[in-house]
Amino acid sequence: MRARLLILAGAMLALLLATLTGCSDSGSGGGKVRLRFQSLAWQKESVAATKELVKEWNATHPEIQVQYVQGSWDTVHDQLLTAFEGGEAPDVIHDASDDLADFAYGGYLADLRPLLPAALKEDIPARSWETATFGKGVFGVPFLQEPRVLIANTKILASSRVRIPTPEQPWTWEEFRQVAKRLSGKGRYGIAWPLREPVSITLNLGLSTGGQLFHRAADGKVRVAFGEGDAAVPSVVHDQVNVDGSAARTTLGMGGSDTLPGFFGGRYAMAALGFSYRQQIVQQAPKGFEWTVLPAPAGSGGLAQGVSPQTLSVAEDSPHKKEAAEFIGFLLQPRNMVRLAQGDWMLPTGTTALKDPALHTARYGWATGAALAGALRSAPAQSVRGYPEWKDKVATPALQEYYSGAIDLGQLRKRLAKDGNLVLARYQR
Amino acid sequence: MKSRTGSTGSAGSAGSAGSAGSARSWGRAGQYLALLGYLVFLAFPFLWLISTAFKPARELGSLHPTWIPRRPTLDNFRQAFDEQPLLRAGFNSLVAALSAALIAVVVATPMAYVMARRRGRLATAATGWVVVSQAFPFVLLIIPLFLVLKSLHLINSVAGLVMVYVVWSLPFALWMLVGYVRAVPLELEEAAAVDGAGRLRTLVSVTAPLLAPGIVATGLFAFITAWNEFFFALVLLKTPEKQTLPVVLTHFLGAEGAADLGPLAAAAFLATLPSLAVFAVIQRRITSGMLAGAVKS
Repeated sequence: MRARLLILAGAMLALLLATLTGCSDSGSGGGKVRLRFQSLAWQKESVAATKELVKEWNATHPEIQVQYVQGSWDTVHDQLLTAFEGGEAPDVIHDASDDLADFAYGGYLADLRPLLPAALKEDIPARSWETATFGKGVFGVPFLQEPRVLIANTKILASSRVRIPTPEQPWTWEEFRQVAKRLSGKGRYGIAWPLREPVSITLNLGLSTGGQLFHRAADGKVRVAFGEGDAAVPSVVHDQVNVDGSAARTTLGMGGSDTLPGFFGGRYAMAALGFSYRQQIVQQAPKGFEWTVLPAPAGSGGLAQGVSPQTLSVAEDSPHKKEAAEFIGFLLQPRNMVRLAQGDWMLPTGTTALKDPALHTARYGWATGAALAGALRSAPAQSVRGYPEWKDKVATPALQEYYSGAIDLGQLRKRLAKDGNLVLARYQR
Repeated sequence: MKSRTGSTGSAGSAGSAGSAGSARSWGRAGQYLALLGYLVFLAFPFLWLISTAFKPARELGSLHPTWIPRRPTLDNFRQAFDEQPLLRAGFNSLVAALSAALIAVVVATPMAYVMARRRGRLATAATGWVVVSQAFPFVLLIIPLFLVLKSLHLINSVAGLVMVYVVWSLPFALWMLVGYVRAVPLELEEAAAVDGAGRLRTLVSVTAPLLAPGIVATGLFAFITAWNEFFFALVLLKTPEKQTLPVVLTHFLGAEGAADLGPLAAAAFLATLPSLAVFAVIQRRITSGMLAGAVKS
């Protein structure tokens, strides 16, 4: 019996070793250029669209073959950091512009200015290129972006007879506050603010009221200053939760998806969500549920909003930078950019792609989103070194405490600016 | 010692015995209640995962979710298999976890024997090192480890991953096995020696059978550690053909906490099944092995 067990264990070990030996990296060769493209597309339609485009490229470019590798938004930063350090990064990298600063300044990404086709450079507006410009180089091609919008329950909106805002005539922040109050009552809240990660929402919407927060001096150093424009949006949210009772306190700790059951159940009349959440709403909303997309409120800065577009970059260590840039050029041809945008339920940055009629239909609020594209700007902090630490250690807890009513505006100002500048100073010596 | 039910006991002592018995049964009921509460606490996430896996998308967005899906569906499983290579990833995970467990046990068992039986400075130092090595957070190790594996051409290879898993689980496996070896009475080995058995014969015929439950438990620990491991697999495996199940599961996650919840739950449910199966099969062996020879029949 024991002998048989030993033989069995030995056989298993031999089999496993044989399997493992067959699993070693095969590498590339055959005279062809092989590129690895790590995509973060995750929704069914966007994965399908991306894979189709890779297939089309491979069919028409037998000498430059692209291998599709799926990554994950959740872990992309750590994974890329390790891969860069080890010199094993993918050739073409899908990421978001707010994640690029450390990689760009660290010399891990190629400057794309001499590599990209002229048509692509001209098609994407300067305000979008700014999002991927660090120092003097451009380290990613911004291609998809999403504004923050208000998604509203149409029936509640109609029955309350409030003025319906449009991109041409949006609500002001004060008007929005009054509307949210009017939509509240009988166990219902006017607005759900999912603020589990409050920093980027606060900063991005702050552009509409002239907020800037990060100020770059002549010597290039950045300081945090929390002015009136910066305080306007946080004050409205704070008062909706703590004074008016028109925003649900429980949603402050939620992510966007978590608010959807309450939104479908009529507990919230509106939810402040990213434009791409429409996909989940279409998928999960009960039959007969009617909803509409409204622009976020406007302030002294109009409808301006900060965004951190999705980007495509090329690894500095890639031996095939030119070919990688050619592939990016193909992937972001206007018709392809439209396919990617539809797959991800987002807006393309390219001006030609943005004109596509498919992105201007009233259905699912595409037209409202497309009308907001011109107001989208580079997110305020993304080129600031030390921003991730400032966000995690200073801004996130401070804003969470402020929104929940634990601290007042003065304390928030002190935390964001005084404590924040100590953090930034360490990165700017 | 007085008999609790003896006829010599007074009425008073019978009464106190009765109240003691009643208190004991209340105590026992309390223990079971606490155990039940603990089981519910442990089982809740898993049961909710199963419930979610069988719910259609519209039910997932319901404000009043139910334990039993109102319209159970297999669509989530279908979609999970359509969108991600779950079978291939499962096979990769199985190969990596089984190899890691087997190698860890083969390496750790003789080491543990020596550490448990040899008393001296070296054994103490080795035990200390095993404990200290548990204190290193893996984020500190990952980049040096990556560079070492790269120089050995073991990046993007399941063999490299297995090597990492073995090294990663070895200290705790050793720690566990040393305890098991110490529990085997030295007198048994001495008795075998008196009967004329050599060192090897003693190890194979006397010590090894008594260690079997410990070896199985250690192997199980190494298997589950490797089966669930995510970050090393994420960083070390580049090509989709080699990715393991935990890495593939993250492909159902989007930015800002968004997730394709139904297919994710379905795939995660399937991913837990091998661990459950291994536990179910091996648990009985661990118990029976531990009790073997305990009672003279």
